[in-house]
Amino acid sequence: MSKLVTLTIDGKQIQVPAGTLVINAAKQAGIEIPSFCYYDGLSLQGACRMCLVEVERVPKLMTACTLPVAEGMVVRTNTPQVIEARKAMLEFLLTNHPLDCPVCDKGGECELQDMAFRYGAGEGRFVEFKYHVPEKQWSPVVYYDAPRCILCYRCVRICDEGLGVNALGVVNRGVRSEIAPNRGDHLECDECGMCIDICPVGALTSGTYRYQTRPWEMSHVGTICTFCADGCKTTLGVRNGIIIRANNRDRSGINDEFLCIKGRFAFDFVHHPERLTRPLIRTLSGFREASWAEAIELVAERFEQARQQGGRIGLIGSTRTTNEENYFLQKLLRQGLGSNHIDHRQSGDLVSLLMATRGREGALATTADLYHASGILILGADLSQQHPLLAFQIRANYRHHRARVYVVTRGPVREDQIAARSLRVAPGQELEALESLRTELQGLPDLVVLYGDSIKGSAVARLVQWCDSLAIAVRYVCLLDDANSRGALDMGLVPDWLPGYRSLDQMNLQPGLCWEEMLESEELEVLWVVGANPLRRRHLKRRPWLVVQELFLTETAQQADVVLPAASAYEKRGTFTSVCGELQQLQPAAQVPGAKTDLEIASLIALQLGLELGPADPDELLGEIHRTVDGYNVDLPLVAAGAAVPTGPYPDVAAVAVRVDKIRSREDTLFTAGSLGQRSQVLTSVREAPGSLYRG
Amino acid sequence: MSPRLYNEPSPLEVKILTRRFGLPNSQSIDTYLATGGYEAFRKALEMTPEEIIEEVKASNLRGRGGAGFPTGMKWGFVPRESPLPKYVVVNADEGEPGTCKDRLLMEHDPHQLLEGMLIAARAVGAERGYIYIRGEYRYLIEILDRAIGEAYERGFLGDNILGTGMRFHVYTHSGAGSYECGEESALLESLEGKRGVPRIRPPFPATAGLFQCPTVLNNVETFCAIPAIIRDGGKAFAALGTPRNGGTRLFCISGHVNRPGVYELPMGFNLLRMIHEVAGGVRDGRKLKAVIPGGSSCPVLKAEECDLPMDFDSVAQAGSMLGSGGVVVMDETTDMVRVAVRIAKFYQHESCGWCVPCREGTTWLRHLLTRIDQGIAKPSELDLVVEICNNMLGRTFCPLGDAAAMPIRSFVMKFREEFEARLRRPMVAVPDPDSLVVS
Ligand SMILES: Cc1cc2nc3c(=O)[nH]c(=O)nc-3n(C[C@H](O)[C@H](O)[C@H](O)COP(=O)(O)O)c2cc1C
Ligand code: SF4
Ligand code: SF4
Ligand code: SF4
Ligand code: FES
Repeated sequence: MSKLVTLTIDGKQIQVPAGTLVINAAKQAGIEIPSFCYYDGLSLQGACRMCLVEVERVPKLMTACTLPVAEGMVVRTNTPQVIEARKAMLEFLLTNHPLDCPVCDKGGECELQDMAFRYGAGEGRFVEFKYHVPEKQWSPVVYYDAPRCILCYRCVRICDEGLGVNALGVVNRGVRSEIAPNRGDHLECDECGMCIDICPVGALTSGTYRYQTRPWEMSHVGTICTFCADGCKTTLGVRNGIIIRANNRDRSGINDEFLCIKGRFAFDFVHHPERLTRPLIRTLSGFREASWAEAIELVAERFEQARQQGGRIGLIGSTRTTNEENYFLQKLLRQGLGSNHIDHRQSGDLVSLLMATRGREGALATTADLYHASGILILGADLSQQHPLLAFQIRANYRHHRARVYVVTRGPVREDQIAARSLRVAPGQELEALESLRTELQGLPDLVVLYGDSIKGSAVARLVQWCDSLAIAVRYVCLLDDANSRGALDMGLVPDWLPGYRSLDQMNLQPGLCWEEMLESEELEVLWVVGANPLRRRHLKRRPWLVVQELFLTETAQQADVVLPAASAYEKRGTFTSVCGELQQLQPAAQVPGAKTDLEIASLIALQLGLELGPADPDELLGEIHRTVDGYNVDLPLVAAGAAVPTGPYPDVAAVAVRVDKIRSREDTLFTAGSLGQRSQVLTSVREAPGSLYRG
Repeated sequence: MSPRLYNEPSPLEVKILTRRFGLPNSQSIDTYLATGGYEAFRKALEMTPEEIIEEVKASNLRGRGGAGFPTGMKWGFVPRESPLPKYVVVNADEGEPGTCKDRLLMEHDPHQLLEGMLIAARAVGAERGYIYIRGEYRYLIEILDRAIGEAYERGFLGDNILGTGMRFHVYTHSGAGSYECGEESALLESLEGKRGVPRIRPPFPATAGLFQCPTVLNNVETFCAIPAIIRDGGKAFAALGTPRNGGTRLFCISGHVNRPGVYELPMGFNLLRMIHEVAGGVRDGRKLKAVIPGGSSCPVLKAEECDLPMDFDSVAQAGSMLGSGGVVVMDETTDMVRVAVRIAKFYQHESCGWCVPCREGTTWLRHLLTRIDQGIAKPSELDLVVEICNNMLGRTFCPLGDAAAMPIRSFVMKFREEFEARLRRPMVAVPDPDSLVVS
């Protein structure tokens, strides 16, 4: 759209779109202009003065971070005057900086250190007193050390502009200026730690990471967050098998550098002292520890009996197990044990959407679409709480492209701040309210609709019909709860369809029991629960023989006959599919001795049963999924390289009778995450926890 | 109410803006009306906006806030057609050390300011005006609010001004004691209720000012000159001054003179005459040593540089600035090191802290000059003072950094021997701890 402008930087002629800032134009030309306060995507400051450059016919040096390019502009970034100015700015910055690099958390990955190394002077001339104030703790996860702060205001901006929280401000004046929480002495915010991450120096430090290690003592493992469905890429810093921190500073993945409190801090559940490390077998006097061999043998024996009785076994699977695990589990049940009683806790009605949009290209939105679409319609969800990344992307879209955002929810949500219109309706009434938005929505080139669990069954079909009547391009996101909720649906971890949403007819199967029916069923001999906690709020009617694979002795595991200690998603290889359908690779980071992945456990059982189910290695299983599951015929090398690869389409969606009343979101807030969340010290210790939805 | 005069007027004065100073009840609208007040506004109502702006351009009026930007040209930048509301903002922050004229203009003749605002509003099509008053001048708010009330009563403000259908409302707003809030963009931030730090420019206030709407922002004295310009014509005002510097100006003569005070003199009035003939000469018959010609942010002039006409261009040519009209006179007994320290302290205290070179540079200068004053510095550190100033100059986010660096550098360069002498003095054994701590 925007026209190109030609300019010269350091003798290189380049063309960039009008409106580009000189600092970015230079980057495109491969020329680095040092900067502190400039931050891609956030508002401009011009405060640090590191980016001063010479512009022909302008007497003063100009800040490249605030200067838009102009036709014929001639910029020089390496003249003696510019180099001297940079030196001077670094010298100024270091005058009141404590120079405690050896004990600073940021040592080794500090932008000030790097700049001083590259552009700074060799010696210091400042011999005056340094201004000192003591460090402050703002929350369990955020500490602030004012003397180290270079006042680049990145933290203030990311919190306000990026998160929409606006918890930080500046107090005092001049050299006494400090960053401070707007609540005075403490934070009341999302506790996401974005401010810590974005801080170029060691002024903001993480309550969980500080003084634990030096950055170079860690190995870094890129994997996917195991909490919500948004699929954030995270780089885990690991030392001796223990995860010490998480961030996404390399901006890989669909989340750029975003992580919420769960992604950034709540990995601590992995090393919780109550992690199960030995199989447990129930005796009359309670559990006793057992060897894997004994436990597996016992389980296989019971499974074999159930198989011989005509498949009287049910499986309640997980929304945090990998695609490979889910695929293997359903295969084990359907092919190996002859049962179609397979389910997991479903949190959104995707299949109705697939049925209603059958045969259409691009009906499902990707995460990137949320940043680019000109219109966003949010139905029945508190995105900032339930889908922090999606909310972050939508806010960025609003900031950068002035996206029109429409909100239809039962109570106030943070998205109201940026909404063109917000409507308040009772859950289930969302569609009725839409009509009043018709003319506005019709004026948009394209729209992404996100819907929560109150829109399900025939309502989804009506929604699609209504959107069709707008005659604009519409894509959808069916909101789901957990890290691999989407994958569980895709892999057919349900009683109503096969992997890829294929019809049960293809295997001559009848719809099986859903998980709630399994708890009530008179006919099941064995109930196998993998990474789920159905007995937290429910009771078994007639006690089947219960096998549970779990990290912790949950309410469900406590009632089991055999408990098998499972590994978390941070300990395994495999893939997750995000709520927007991106397929991403997990890498094992932590080690918890004694636990096995659910895939290992299932394959040991299959082996013991003598079943021929093909390979049980994550990579080989992904290959099989790629070959056989609709929607997963994607570029696997890309996935292996760490990219987020969109899945779909599903050419052969079965016509199923949707069990509408079984679909329900757990309605996690930013500070809750089912049984994992309860085991995270961080999540349970912040003052905002557990929080509630629809508080704006 | 008749406020007291702080100094006897001088016969050499040309009293245009100050002509009502000293009249009984000079603050009241009756006095104002009886002495030709609001006639210029009535005249402006008969003129087109373009004609008003042309008249202001013809007057060669240059902004009295410090930078001397031509006022007519500034008004001309305000977009004629704009879907946004427009504003008139008066800069009554008067923070520049050595400057005390805006206060008198508001105290003695508040209606003159309101009339200037009204004419500006008519010229650009603004419906709201704000007077941003420095926190230390809080007592002026009462005077201004009373004048505003009178103007409403008499139909000069409101929704149907003098039955013409023109709307204009005026509000006073108090600052909270920050020099930086006199800088126009920081002032606008503060007026909007935000932290008083400057904005990135462009855009300038004329196109995106208060609440990002087109805004005319001028100094008190600038607005106060407008009624005379419209009443008597721009040419007549211009003729009072020198070719590119129209009219008269209020000079605030302070320091070592016999009759310090605020005097209205034609632009281009000779500085030495100002000191000797207007202000009664140097105190106690001493010799003149130096003058800061336009407020503390202007480089100092040595006595021998002072034989010059006081207009923006001549003072700039002499290497300093006419600034805000604060003429600070120093006699031969003045300790230039102490002056430099005092100036450094002021700017360090007032730096808003937004940008690195000013925040850290002013702090460093203050520490360093304090040490030099105490004789605990190496001679080479005098060069460091100059280098720090050079490293700040032209590189800060707003002109406050320059305002700090320019005078300090000038003191060290022009009176270097005094600084060197300080370093030859026996060392002070125990430095005054207070002076080393940043307050
Ligand atoms: C640090 C700083 C402080 C200033 N303080 C004042 C002030 O107190 N009063 C004022 O009128 N202008 C002040 N100015 C100048 C204003 O930014 C602005 O140029 C002026 O108000 C414009 O009005 P004029 O064109 O009528 O001079 C200051 C500028 C700077 C950089
Ligand atoms: S705390 Fe860090 S990010 Fe925030 S202003 Fe200071 S240096 Fe910048
Ligand atoms: S938004 Fe979701 S995926 Fe991203 S860090 Fe938070 S919980 Fe994890
Ligand atoms: S120069 Fe920088 S720190 Fe100084 S007052 Fe201006 S913006 Fe603030
Ligand atoms: S990066 Fe340009 S001023 Fe900070």
